[in-house]
Amino acid sequence: MPRRTMIEAIRDAMDVSMERDERVVVFGEDVGFFGGVFRCTQGLQAKYGKSRCFDAPINESGIVGSAIGMAAYGLKPCVEIQFADYMYPAYDQLTQEAARLRYRSNGDFTCPIVVRMPTGGGIFGGQTHSQSPEALFTHVSGLKTVVPSNPHDAKGLLIAAIEDPDPVIFLEPKRLYNGPFDGHHDRPVTPWSKHELGEVADGHYTVPLGKAVIRRAGSALTVLAYGTMVYVAQAAAEETGIDAEIIDLRTLLPLDLDAIVASVKKTGRCVIVHEATLTSGFGAELSALVQETCFYHLEAPVARVAGWDTPYPHAQEWDYFPGPARVGRALIETMEA
Amino acid sequence: MATAARKAPAKSKSEAKSGLSAPKPAEFTKDEELAAYRHMLLIRRFEEKAGQLYGMGFIGGFCHLYIGQEAVVTGMKMALIDGDQMITAYRDHGHMLAMELSPRGVMAELTGRRGGLSRGKGGSMHMFSKEKHFYGGHGIVGAQVSLGTGLAFANRYRDNNNVSLTYFGDGAANQGQVYESFNMASLWKLPVIYIIENNRYAMGTSVSRSSAETNFSHRGASFKIPGIQVDGMDVRAVKSAGDQATEWCRGGNGPIILEMQTYRYRGHSMSDPAKYRSKEEVQKMRSEHDPIEQVKARLTEKKWATEDELKAIDKEVRDIVADAAEFAQNDAEPDPSELWTDIVL
Repeated sequence: MPRRTMIEAIRDAMDVSMERDERVVVFGEDVGFFGGVFRCTQGLQAKYGKSRCFDAPINESGIVGSAIGMAAYGLKPCVEIQFADYMYPAYDQLTQEAARLRYRSNGDFTCPIVVRMPTGGGIFGGQTHSQSPEALFTHVSGLKTVVPSNPHDAKGLLIAAIEDPDPVIFLEPKRLYNGPFDGHHDRPVTPWSKHELGEVADGHYTVPLGKAVIRRAGSALTVLAYGTMVYVAQAAAEETGIDAEIIDLRTLLPLDLDAIVASVKKTGRCVIVHEATLTSGFGAELSALVQETCFYHLEAPVARVAGWDTPYPHAQEWDYFPGPARVGRALIETMEA
Repeated sequence: MATAARKAPAKSKSEAKSGLSAPKPAEFTKDEELAAYRHMLLIRRFEEKAGQLYGMGFIGGFCHLYIGQEAVVTGMKMALIDGDQMITAYRDHGHMLAMELSPRGVMAELTGRRGGLSRGKGGSMHMFSKEKHFYGGHGIVGAQVSLGTGLAFANRYRDNNNVSLTYFGDGAANQGQVYESFNMASLWKLPVIYIIENNRYAMGTSVSRSSAETNFSHRGASFKIPGIQVDGMDVRAVKSAGDQATEWCRGGNGPIILEMQTYRYRGHSMSDPAKYRSKEEVQKMRSEHDPIEQVKARLTEKKWATEDELKAIDKEVRDIVADAAEFAQNDAEPDPSELWTDIVL
C-alpha cells in the first residue's frame, strides 16, 4: 500500500472528492496558485482549474461566509483557513450561520461545508500560529469537529467530512504533517513513510465521523487523547511502563462515548490529554461525561493534562507543551491515587 | 510594480475631491540624506543579520524581513513629531528600529531571550514600547488596523495634536475590519494615516490574484478618505507624502491613506519557496530601485559624503548590529517563572 505524509493524504482526499463530485470546490488564502502554505492543495488548481481550486483574498469571514452561501445552493466547499489562529473573523459566520442553517430553515437547507485548519504548536509559531481552538467549536451546537492523528485517518475522515451534509471543522495538527511527533522535540521524528499509519490506500474510502479507535490496548488506565497527544501519550505509557489504554477520539463531535465508557469501566481510571489550554477546554467536557457515565467504576479522580492557561509563548515552547514527562507524571499519579 | 513605481500615479477621484495629490519628493538637506542613509542601512544590516541568525538556528518559527521596504518607515518617521504613534503587523523589525527601539531588545526577542523586548515571549511579531509610542507588532493580518484607529480616537479625545500611523499590507487591505475602521475614522474625523505597504505579494499571492481594486489609494473612496500613491522606494517621496499626510490629520481633516508602492526582496517568511515571482523581477527592483542605493548615489553625486565617510557609517551600523546579535545569542533564556507573568487570572 502506498505511504503518504499527512499533507499528501489530505491532498489526496480533496483530489478524490473533486474527481468524484463536481460540486466540491476548494479555496482559501494561498490555496490555488501557491498550493497552500503547507502544500495541502498543491496541484489541485492545475488539475481541476481555477473555478474549482482558487485563491481567496485574506478575509476569513468572507471565505467562510461565501462557502455557506455556495453550500446552500448545492455546492460542497472545502475551504482552508491558513492557521486555526486566523479563524476568529470567521467565527461569527461559523456559529451564527453555518451551525444554525439547518435548524432555522426547518431542515430546508443544510450546510455541507468543511473548514480545514492547521492547529496546535510545536513549530515555534508563538501565540498567533499555535492555538488549539477546538473547544470553541464543540461548544457550538451544529458544528462537527474532527481532529485526525495520522495520514490514513486524515484521508478517510476528510472524505467523510466532505460528504457529510453538515458543517465540519477539520483541525489538522500541523506538528503531525510529516510524522508522529511524540513531544520529544530533541529527537528526530519518524517519517510517515516508515510508520504503518502512513499507509494510505489509493482511491475512495472513508473513516466514519464519530468513531474513536484504541491506539494502544491496556488495562491499567484509560487515556483520552486526539491529534498530537495520541503519540505523546504513547511515549508516556512506554516511558512509565504503565499499561495504559489509549483512545484516539478522532472526532470530538459527534463523540464516541460508547468507546470511552467501555474502556473506563474496564480500567477504572482516566487521564485526559490535550494541548489546548486547560480551563473550559474539551477535557472539561470529557471529564464531566466520564464522571456522569462511569462514576461507580472510578478508582481515582479523572485527571487532565493540558496546555497552561496562558498564551502560547515564543520562547519556552517546550515548557508550555504538555509533553511526555507531564503526561507521564499524571499517569503515575492516577495509578497511585 | 516595477513600472508602476516609476510612473506618476493617476489622479484619483478622492484626490480630486480633497485637492490632494502625490507631492513632489522632498528636497533633502545633506543632514537629512545622511540620516536617511544611516537609518535605512541600520534596518538593512539588522535584517540581514536576523536572516543569518535564523539560518544558524538561533531564531525559530516565523521571521518576516523588511529588506527592500526600508524607505517607507524611514521617510515616515522623518515626518513625525514627538508622541505620534506607530502600529503595524508582523513585518515589524524595521518599524521598531525606526521608532528607536533598542536593537539589542529586538534581536533578543527574535532569539527568545530574557533581554528581549517582550522577554522572549512575544517573538518576531509581537514587540511593544510605551516609551517610544510603538504599539506593536501584530501577528494577525489586519487586526492592528482597528487598534490604530482607536489610537487616533484617543488622540482626538485628548486633543493632543498627535497622529496614529497605522501600517498594513496589500493583503490585509482585503480584511473586513479595515473597512469598518475606515468608516469610523472618517465619520469621527480621526487623525490616522493608513499606510498601505503594497509590496505586491500577500505571502505567495500577488495583488492581481487577490484584489479587485489594485489601486489601494482608492480603497477609502466610499468613506470619503483621500488617498495618495507614493513611490515607497524613494525615501524623499515618502517624507513629503508623510509631511502632507500629517499636516492633513493635524489640521482636523480626518484620516488619509498613503499607498506605499514598495517591494520585499526576501520571502514572506523564512521558508518561502518564492515560486510566485521570478528572480529577474527581484533583481530588477534591487538594481534599479533600491532605496539605500538611491540615497548613496545622491550623496556621492553631490559630494556630500566621501567613500570613506560612507564606509564609516557602514561600520558604525555594523557595530550596532554585531553588538545586538552578540547580546541576542548570549543572553539567558527566560526564567521558567516567566511562563506565568503578565497573564490574567
